Formats: sequence, C-alpha cells, structure tokens
Amino acid sequence: MHGKRSRILSYALTLLLSLALASAGVAADQVIKIGAVYPLTGDIASTGLDCLHGAELAVDIINGQYPDLSLPLAKTAGLPNLNGAKIKLIAADTKGEPKNGQAETERLVTQEKVVAMIGAYQSAVTKTASQATERLKIPYVCSDSSSPTLTERGFKYFFRVSPHDAIFARDQLQFLKDLEKAKKQEIHTIAALYENTEFGSNVGKQILKLAPEYGFRVVADISYSHGATDVTSEVGRLIRANPDVLMHASYITDAILFTKTFKEMGFIPKGIMTFAGYIEPGYLPAVKADGNDIIVRSTFALDLAKSKPLVAKVNALFKKKYGIDMSENAARSFTAPFVLADAMNRAKTTEAEAVVTALLATNIPDDQVIYPWLGIKFDPQSHQNIYARGILVQIQNQNYITVWPFDAAAAKVIWPFPPWNTRK
Amino acid sequence: MYEQLVQQLVNGLLIGFLYSLIAIGLTMIWGVMNIVNFAHGEFLMLGMFLSFWFYTLFGVDPLFSIPICAALLFLLGWVIYKSLVSKVMKGPVLAQLVVTFGVSIFIAYTAVFLWTPDFRMIQKPLLIGTWHLGMVELSIPKAAASAGSVLVSFAAFLFLRKTKTGKAILATEMNRNSALLMGIDTERVNALSFGIGSALVGIAGAFLSMYYYIYPQVGGTFGLISFCIVALGGFGSIEGAFVAGVLIGVVQTLGGYFFDPAYKYAIVFALYLVTVWIRPQGLLGW
Repeated sequence: MHGKRSRILSYALTLLLSLALASAGVAADQVIKIGAVYPLTGDIASTGLDCLHGAELAVDIINGQYPDLSLPLAKTAGLPNLNGAKIKLIAADTKGEPKNGQAETERLVTQEKVVAMIGAYQSAVTKTASQATERLKIPYVCSDSSSPTLTERGFKYFFRVSPHDAIFARDQLQFLKDLEKAKKQEIHTIAALYENTEFGSNVGKQILKLAPEYGFRVVADISYSHGATDVTSEVGRLIRANPDVLMHASYITDAILFTKTFKEMGFIPKGIMTFAGYIEPGYLPAVKADGNDIIVRSTFALDLAKSKPLVAKVNALFKKKYGIDMSENAARSFTAPFVLADAMNRAKTTEAEAVVTALLATNIPDDQVIYPWLGIKFDPQSHQNIYARGILVQIQNQNYITVWPFDAAAAKVIWPFPPWNTRK
Repeated sequence: MYEQLVQQLVNGLLIGFLYSLIAIGLTMIWGVMNIVNFAHGEFLMLGMFLSFWFYTLFGVDPLFSIPICAALLFLLGWVIYKSLVSKVMKGPVLAQLVVTFGVSIFIAYTAVFLWTPDFRMIQKPLLIGTWHLGMVELSIPKAAASAGSVLVSFAAFLFLRKTKTGKAILATEMNRNSALLMGIDTERVNALSFGIGSALVGIAGAFLSMYYYIYPQVGGTFGLISFCIVALGGFGSIEGAFVAGVLIGVVQTLGGYFFDPAYKYAIVFALYLVTVWIRPQGLLGW
C-alpha cells in the first residue's frame, strides 16, 4: 500500500518537473506566443480553417527568411530587435459562438500566456473576444471582421486592419452610381437581405442609412437567421418587392442555399451584390456555374497580381503549402500577424502598453501589403486602418475577377444579371 | 400577393413532408425505448454523405442509392443499439440520456476528420430543375423528395399496423411489460426499432442530398426541428409526427413570408410551446 502511494507521488512529481522544464525551455527559445481564435468546427468551420491558414503562412514568412518578398520582417528570420525571436501561433476553436470566443481568449491569455490576439472572423465573436482582451489589457489586431461597430467602442487595445462594412456598403452604392453613368443603366430600388447577427445586421443598417444618400429607394428590408433549412419565404418576399438590385450579407451556408433558391424560384434582379459568404472557398465548388455574375465585396483578388507582383508570390507560397489558391478570407487574415510582429519589433518588447504605442505609430507602406491600399496606418481614436478600402469582384466563369474600381478592373462587369433560363 | 401565398404554401408542404420523414424515425425510437436519440441529426448527415459518395465514387444517382443508404443506416442503428444503448439502458437514466449525445458528437467529429468541414453538393442529379405550373414554381428534386417522403412514411405506417413485427413494436411501445408477458422478444423489438428509425432518417438524408448542401454539421438544425416535431405530434406517434412535420413546414414558410423571416423559427417553437402547454401529450399522443 505504502509502495503504491509513493509510486504515484513520484509519477506526479516527475510530471510536474517535466512541465516546469518544458516551460523553461520555451523561455530560453525566445518564442512570442500569439493567440488566434477561429471557428474551427461548426457550420462555418471551412471558413475558419481558411482564415487560420492565412495567418499561419504569415507566421512562416515572419519566422523564416524570404529575401524576395517585400512584406514586413520577411527578409529576416524572426524579429531582429528581439534577438530573432520567433512567433508561435496558438489556435483555439470558437465553434462560431461569441461565448466561446470570449472563453477561449481568456484561456489563451491566462493559461497559454499569449501576448497578443488575432481573429475571429465572425464579427459577433470578435466583439466578445476583444472585450476579454480589453479587460486583460492585451493587444488584439483584427484583419478579418467587418462590422463597423467593432472600432466604434473606443477600445484601447483593439486595432482593425481591414475595411469595415460601412466602407464596403459605400463602395457598392458608389459602384451602382458609376455604373449608371458608364453603362447608362437606370437603378432605382434596392432590397437589403442580411443574416441577423452582428455582421449582417450592421450591413443592413448601413445599407438602409446610405442608400437614400445615393438616391436609391430601399423596397425590402429582410433579416433572417443563418443556418436555416429553407429560405423560400425570404426569396418569396424578394420576388414580391421586385428590386432592381439585391444587396445580400451572408455567411457561406446561406449563400449556397439562397443561390439555389434564387434559381429555383426564378428571382432575377438586375444585379446581385453581396458581402462575405459568396467569396468563401467553399461557395463555388458547391454551386458551380450558378454563382456566375454575382458581385462580391472584397479586399483581395488574384488578378491584382498584374499591378502588384507581391500578390502572385504570396499566392504561390500559399498554394505550395495548402494546395489551393489564396482566397479573400485567407488573404485578409494574413496581415494581422505582420502588423503585430512589426509593432513588437519596433517596440523591442512584447509588453502590452509598449506594443499598443507602437501599433499607433504603425506606418506600413503600400508595397508591403497584398491589397490595393495605400498601406496601413491606424486612426488614433478608432484604431481603424485609415487606408483600408474595398474592391468589387464579379464571378465570371467561376473565377473572382476585379470589376471595380473601373480603373483597376481586370474585366468588364456583366450587367444586368442574365435570366436563369438563359444561363448554362 | 395571392400567387406568392400559393407558392409559399407549396414550399411549406415540400419541406414539411421531408421533416415528417425525419421525425418519424426519431419518434419510433423514442416511443419504443423512451430514449432520445440525440444522434438523429448526425444519422441524417450520414445518409446525405453516403448518397454523396455513391454518386461521386460510383456514379450512382441519389435516387438509386436510397435502398443502400437505408440498409447501411439500418445496420448502423442496429449495431449502435446492441453495442451501446442496450447496455446503458440497464444503467441510470442520466447515462441513457448522455449515451446518444456522445454518439452524436463522435459521429460529427469523425465526419469532420474523414471528410473535412467543406461543403459538397451533388452537381448533376437525375432530377433537376423547376416546373412552371401556372403561378407556382415547383422544384423537381424537392417535389420528388417530398413525394418519396410521403410514400416511405405511409409504408412505415402500414408496416406497424399490418405486419406481425410491426404490431410487436406497437405493443412494446404501449406497454413493455405486457408485451414481454405476451411472449414478445422486446430486446429484439428495441434493436429493430432503432434500426428502422435510423433507416428512415437515412432515406430522408438521401432525398435531401438531391438538392441540399452536405457537410458534417448539416444535421444540427434538422435534428432540433425533428425533436420539436416529435414532441408536438406526441411521443411515439407516427401519425402525430407526420401531421406535426407538415404543420411546422407550413408554419415556418408562411410565418417567414407574412411576418419576418428572422423570426420564423421563433414562430415554430412558440407553436410547439403553446401546444405542449395546452396538450402536454402532443397533438396525437396518448
């Protein structure tokens, strides 16, 4: 009896000792832990994985030596001002739910001791996760959530690199104005269709607010819960409203279901303009040619490589690692680790207050980003990247092609939307 | 306005018949064993994936792989009952509750592991397109799936009422001890009902795969709705599940059309709560 007890005790001691040694080893190796929360299971798991892949590639580039890339810290291994310290990404699964976003962020900070956070794709999740970091005083750089309210909270530790949906909504309305001039198209009415969480409902709000400013009338205002089994009643309402243009904010499941239902019920507006779901890598393989001619807001397109050789180089690395082309999601999530690493390198520490000060001084020029932006520089109040802007891509022959701004377009926009029965 | 009313009614019936078939499988298991099969939605997902793989790997149209899906799901249900459920049924009630929940998580994550969380669709099924019937647009695969669901539901009903085995299942459902006294092998009846319940949802999955996207978590919402249907129709009542399924399908689409799509599931669950409040045994329960 005595022997058994002491044996258990010795096992426990060995375990404790090895854990202590393991953590000491981490300190000696100079690793900077950054937490990443994404929906890795649940109904948008495919999107979450895609985002994580983008961030992982960024960490590879920061940690390795890539002399021919103009990205921040690509040419050197690790962070030179921190003795070449390497970044380690620690991912956690939110299952797509705000409560998990918060709990996992707290766990990463308090137990895994991450010094900064990135993620979480869904705006509703980013909202709660960044509340946790604000309380725990940890920097959070987000490059993949687009709800405008995220940067309207006056948070000290939260920064956003990518454009938000007020910018995107303006882009889409401006596009319609440009189109009226360029193609002599008449557009009067808009239907707003959006999923009802943080992301969609804020897009809806922006459309309702901005459309009248641009002289369009909103004839339908339809919110729905994503993950529905059937959306025929939503499409029925759209058909009844008969808008010139549909503006739709969705996640991937509803994007697929709506596309199929538009076709099945014969809903044909002059244009279908969309946010998010329609550009995820799972969308086109599921709907194939039925996705053609739909327009999506984006920050990224592979055809940008024509004016930005960096895009092609990064995509080649992505393809080598994951076997598919870089999607818009992966491209957006790609940038947050660079922004954090750049700030830590300039701050010469990972201490939160110093990193926040460094983030506020961020000035990454346009040739160091993979988007058609002037670069990255944060607004001192809102912490939103003042240079972020959107482009519009259209699905043509099952590829995402830049069609707006017209001067950056890789192809002419197809307008109006061809009726379903004349399509292949 | 009138056109859309008819259109929405048709759409509600189409999804409602399919809900019915999904729920009938669940209500059989529930009625016979007093066990909630939380893995029901995952069984639906397996039915869809089986149908998808038969189509992708062997070029078998979902319409023809239905019997195979049914047989494989029957087998799965039987094995899960024999290896897990029957053992746990001798244990405490909580263990009975948790066991199928564990199975559901296991199946869903195994599916993510095997097939990734990506979305799939059967691109060119035999039945495709839309009929224009006067003022109504009728999706051909949905119509076929609904007609099939009605047929299979009716067959299940006949089986229970007209065959000796079916009557044994019904007897066990009504009173396990009396059934045992009458010489019915209730253990076999249990396994059989678990198998048949799984086969029915497998068939529903095969129908659904003709027009719906397929991914490991697809069973979630369908599973939840089918619990609601079973409770609404009355635990263990096939007729009840059928009526309640159609009712929920119609309420969901008309509610979404006339009120607000954001609240269509709220309307469905409110209907359920009100019914259960007035009639706790459900519409056709006893």
